[in-house]
Amino acid sequence: MSTPIPTLTSEQQDQLQRLAPTVDRDQAIWLSGYFAGLAGAGTAPAALPADDGAAAATAAPAAPAARRLTVLYGTDTGNSREVAGQVAAAATAQGVPAEVADMADYKTRLLKDEQDLVVIAATHGEGDPPPSAIGFFEFLAGRKAPKLPDVRFAVLALGDSTYEHYCSAGKQLDARLEELGASRLADRVDCDVDYEDDAEAWIADVVARLVPDEPPAGAAAAVPAGGAPSVDGAASSNGAVAHGKKHPFAAPLLENVVLTGRGSSKETRHVELSLEGSGLTYEPGDALGVVPQNDPQLVEALLDRLALSGDATVPTKQGDRPLREALTHAYEITAGTPRFIEQWATLSGAGELEALRDGDAKARFDYLHEHHVLDIVERFPVPGLDAAQLLAGLRPLQPRLYSIASSLAAAPDEAHLTVSTVRFELHGRPRTGVASGHLARIGDAEDLDVPVYVQANEHFRLPADDVPIIMVGAGTGVAPYRAFLQEREARGAEGRNWLVFGERNFRSDFLYQVEWQQLLKDGVLTRLDPAFSRDATPKTYVQDRLRQAGRDVWAWLEDGARIYVCGDATNMAPDVDATLAEIVAEHGGKGEDDAREYLSALKREHRYLLDVY
Amino acid sequence: MSTTKTTQAAAPAVEVDRSRDLSQPLEKLAPEESLKFHSDYLAGTIATDLVDEITRAVDENNNKLMKFHGIYQQDDRDLRDERRQQKLEPYFTFMLRGRLPGGVCTPEQWLKIDELGRLHGNDQFRLTTRQTFQFHYLDRNALREVMIGLRDVGLDGKAACGDVARTVMSGVHPGLSKLHKQVYEQARIASDHVIHKTSAYEEVWFGEKPATPRGDDEEPFYGKQYMPRKFKIGFAVPPSNDIDIYSQDLGFVAIASRGKLKGFNVVIGGGMGRTDRAPETYPRLGDVIGFIEVDQLVPTLDAVMGVQRDYGDRVTRSHARFKYTIDDKGLPFIKGEIERRLGFALAPAKRFRFDSNGDQLGWTTGDDGLEHFTLFIESGRIIDRGERRLLTGLRAIAQAGLCVFRLTPNQSVILSDVAPEDRPKVDALLAEHGIDNVPTKGRSALRLNSMACVAMPTCGLAMAEAERYLPDLITKIEGLLETHGLTEEPITIRMTGCPNGCARPYIAEIALTGRAPGKYNLYLGAGFHGQRLNKMVRENVGEDVILEVLDETLGAYAKDRQDGERFGDFVIRAGFVAEVTEGRFFND
Ligand code: SRM
Ligand SMILES: Cc1cc2nc3c(=O)[nH]c(=O)nc-3n(C[C@H](O)[C@H](O)[C@H](O)COP(=O)(O)OP(=O)(O)OC[C@H]3O[C@@H](n4cnc5c(N)ncnc54)[C@H](O)[C@@H]3O)c2cc1C
Ligand SMILES: Cc1cc2nc3c(=O)[nH]c(=O)nc-3n(C[C@H](O)[C@H](O)[C@H](O)COP(=O)(O)O)c2cc1C
Ligand code: SF4
Repeated sequence: MSTPIPTLTSEQQDQLQRLAPTVDRDQAIWLSGYFAGLAGAGTAPAALPADDGAAAATAAPAAPAARRLTVLYGTDTGNSREVAGQVAAAATAQGVPAEVADMADYKTRLLKDEQDLVVIAATHGEGDPPPSAIGFFEFLAGRKAPKLPDVRFAVLALGDSTYEHYCSAGKQLDARLEELGASRLADRVDCDVDYEDDAEAWIADVVARLVPDEPPAGAAAAVPAGGAPSVDGAASSNGAVAHGKKHPFAAPLLENVVLTGRGSSKETRHVELSLEGSGLTYEPGDALGVVPQNDPQLVEALLDRLALSGDATVPTKQGDRPLREALTHAYEITAGTPRFIEQWATLSGAGELEALRDGDAKARFDYLHEHHVLDIVERFPVPGLDAAQLLAGLRPLQPRLYSIASSLAAAPDEAHLTVSTVRFELHGRPRTGVASGHLARIGDAEDLDVPVYVQANEHFRLPADDVPIIMVGAGTGVAPYRAFLQEREARGAEGRNWLVFGERNFRSDFLYQVEWQQLLKDGVLTRLDPAFSRDATPKTYVQDRLRQAGRDVWAWLEDGARIYVCGDATNMAPDVDATLAEIVAEHGGKGEDDAREYLSALKREHRYLLDVY
Repeated sequence: MSTTKTTQAAAPAVEVDRSRDLSQPLEKLAPEESLKFHSDYLAGTIATDLVDEITRAVDENNNKLMKFHGIYQQDDRDLRDERRQQKLEPYFTFMLRGRLPGGVCTPEQWLKIDELGRLHGNDQFRLTTRQTFQFHYLDRNALREVMIGLRDVGLDGKAACGDVARTVMSGVHPGLSKLHKQVYEQARIASDHVIHKTSAYEEVWFGEKPATPRGDDEEPFYGKQYMPRKFKIGFAVPPSNDIDIYSQDLGFVAIASRGKLKGFNVVIGGGMGRTDRAPETYPRLGDVIGFIEVDQLVPTLDAVMGVQRDYGDRVTRSHARFKYTIDDKGLPFIKGEIERRLGFALAPAKRFRFDSNGDQLGWTTGDDGLEHFTLFIESGRIIDRGERRLLTGLRAIAQAGLCVFRLTPNQSVILSDVAPEDRPKVDALLAEHGIDNVPTKGRSALRLNSMACVAMPTCGLAMAEAERYLPDLITKIEGLLETHGLTEEPITIRMTGCPNGCARPYIAEIALTGRAPGKYNLYLGAGFHGQRLNKMVRENVGEDVILEVLDETLGAYAKDRQDGERFGDFVIRAGFVAEVTEGRFFND
């Protein structure tokens, strides 16, 4: 091979040379995931970041005719990164070298020179871009965005159809790129949380359109290079061999205690799981994916209402299973999705459902919030229904993410979670969240396993040991801070640590109170400002404590402090953001716009980090 | 107090060991002495702790200092383990003990106590064995509000706890109202005289900064180190020994002729507290050392307390009470030192007679023609329980302004000074709230002569239940009394959750002190009116053994007693237990 690939030893090159011609497209994609897995599991040095990967890619000899391809992704929980890696692998396999870039650190000035742009964009918050991609979105939406007459593009939107603003981030991008004069390579596809199949089909379609009419010589030789950029998806731990989303590790339950005291208005649990022997590692700030089970009682209720036998076998991703088991382990049977409305409208022919199906998204969303699967099937019975028809309307059971509340430095081979049990009433019937309900149900049971995987969270990390940090968290939002402080204590980190914690009542809801008290005594925690909304009148929230301490917040920020916000996305995060703007304006003597810009700058410098849900 | 510290006063008549008292440098004394000395006259940093947001507790030192202000930090012991697992701090609450000399409480004051109890004290409050009231379950953040509420009706928590003279007791004998009034007057004078003066109280609780920083004149009598330990004063009005005069550090027995108060016999050195398996600790009954005229009361207070202040043990707190000072230095020396400070010799004690230390329950007509109703309250807890709505009922009576409240030393209350024509109104209000006015109805004389300390769940020192358990145990004992025909026989029984003796168990004919959950020491043989200590007959035993021993002894008593013979006297004569002649021999 003419040009050596800088990132590989010649021995590795030889091995790849021999392997490359033999692999077909699917194998190439699998391999990319495989390398990704290795990197995710920490085996491969994570020292293969975007730029190197890109270098490797562009260094590869591309067909002269071929246009340059950039695969740009915006992710929070890693799915888009994984898909982007697959796109690059597929394209490279077809002789189209690809550069993979994360919107989080994409140099926007490069945009005007792009040729082919394939975008994988997730939606977060309430129809917002992933926090780390907000900068990119702002740039693109803004006046500074360049015209893109020569750019061809295609957008894959990742989302969750149970949210009101389904895939809205992807939709925005798709529309805006067109607005800027770029031409659409392939139509946008919106993927629900079970995106894998749709994504794969879309990738095939897009790649096909990328490929120049006659494949260039040495396309095969480009394959190994293709492997490289896909390694950029490394931080995703969805490896094929290492335990990941697709291969969760059955983690033995070590402890499961209720943290909230008597008389609390909520139930929050402390769950300790063992990762021993899993090979799983994580960093403070990472989350744990928990694969839940549905409430057996709900499964029975559903079977009963639908007059279906739980023993009838049905096909599932994991092969044929009894329906009862499928409903327990394989499908979402609490909150429904538009797909379910569609399916049930067809099956029942009920006018109300048809109207919803054909009506606007908002109405559908509101209805789904008020009516879970069980409520719909009760209201609109479908006589003689068979299992397959039901399952066709359901979507695969999704893992739930939980911020890891421990540090391996303090609790080797363990992952601790802080889980608030979702309980509510709907139509006079008590309901529980799938995962939190499952964890509450199993309680402190002996020798019981919980399938888990590590969900890296690159955008929520501790800074250098000497950097001061302000940690703002309400409720379970403190979870990652427990990990942070354990880590900093173990490392003997110098940096000052300030925790602003919010909950309802001091007596019952001061999560991990004695641990904070100890950390304060030991000087690890420099300061703790609690806010208990239901003790004091007027109600006090974390943002109120920040405002009261405005002068100090400003001083810390000016000292280079990082500020973290974790927990509720709907109210807390926006309120905190607004308050921070006020503080910067007042104590920094800035106008509103300058204050905003100050915060945006903090975000760009990764000094203002969010992990909200 | 008027006299300045007399440590430097002329050397005592006889030479005694001064190696453990106030004359020694701080570093030689118990840490509490340094704490007091450096506390800026009990201010400490309490004010800062009161607003700590990370905990609802105060730090250990401030906790000790707050006792001088009437406040104890506690935690709900029922929840301790549960909350530890939940990574939550213990459920800290505070107990506040008011100062109520002689237990006399106006309707206005009662209503305020009732209000604060409902607002902050878990819908209840408690009458104590020293004639005052206590709130439990107070949130630290509510303490100031409660203190201010008390001040509004002329009450405070000063000297309710801590190394100072405690709330001064005074017998409540409703029959002798005229004499009671005169004695109560003196009790008030004594209380106001011995109370500590520091402005820290007003500063901490009301935010009133003193004009000038606190200096040496802040506590003319106490000085920076106050007393070595608590100091208890009480006034008895014979023939009732309801206050257990022999358990007080300093007691005054009212001597009167034809209803006119003449003076007092002085009794010193009583105390109950002891520790299991520590024979050097023991309960002790006071010694009568002489007689004083009424106008010699204040100088006597200064002299007696001065001696304990200057000679009391400040190295070992479990040995710091006056009773030990007396036994260490010898009664003659102590008496001599008192007389030296008084500047005169005490007159010989006058003759007097006690017949009981219980309450005279039900309606009595006083010699002032007014009516007095002594209401039996089991363990002093003022709370609405089912039919019997004590809290609400007594509030109604207070609102109607029908009486003055007099708290008894047996945790009960007297609705006193009721105009004869109002008596039916009181009866009606009682009935309306499910409170019967016939104490003996459905209650044995044993129950009516029972006392239990607080213990679980609030008392930090409790090893076993008391208040929550004694009523049930008595029900079981009543079964025995029934079979032996002793239901009407007055016998005193007292239970405490630990050996500290808050319900003065060591002078009860039957006593139980807690050792562990469900386990008690059983004592028998005390004098019916508190004139003789009892003795342990079983150590660390459960209910079955207790009932067994009581069945045997009560059975024998019913069979073999001589007429008029008390149970306590009988068990000694019948050889069930040896007589204890002096505290020092209690553990022999
Ligand atoms: C409320 C009361 C018992 C009751 O059921 O009424 C009581 C309750 C407590 N006593 Fe007492 N004592 C109470 C009368 C007594 C008496 C009886 C008396 O004074 O007539 C005694 C025995 C006499 C004596 O002092 O020797 C008594 C001897 C003690 C002792 C042992 C003192 C000693 O020197 O041996 C302690 C422990 C201590 O002080 O270290 C103690 C300590 C306590 C504490 C404050 C526990 C503590 O130190 O943390 C108890 C609070 C429990 C709670 O939750 O309320 N209490 N205590 C009484 C309040 C009286 C008052 O209004 O001031
Ligand atoms: C990065 C990340 C970190 C996270 N960390 C944590 C953490 O540390 N601790 C933690 O507890 N959670 C955390 N979460 C949230 C967690 O992942 C789950 O979303 C949460 O536990 C609920 O999942 P569930 O399966 O119990 O409930 P689900 O079965 O998913 O039910 C939740 C759904 O119930 C429905 N619902 C809820 N209330 C009502 C109502 N009143 N009426 C009608 N419908 C209603 C809604 O459809 C809602 O979406 C995190 C989430 C993310 C993304
Ligand atoms: C906190 C949170 C909020 C979300 N909000 C939305 C939303 O508003 N609309 C939507 O379509 N999907 C929403 N999603 C679903 C994600 O877009 C979906 O899980 C996607 O696969 C994540 O891709 P990523 O791993 O690349 O971030 C949300 C997911 C999370 C965790
Ligand atoms: S006797 Fe012991 S248990 Fe009872 S109140 Fe006193 S200190 Fe507490």
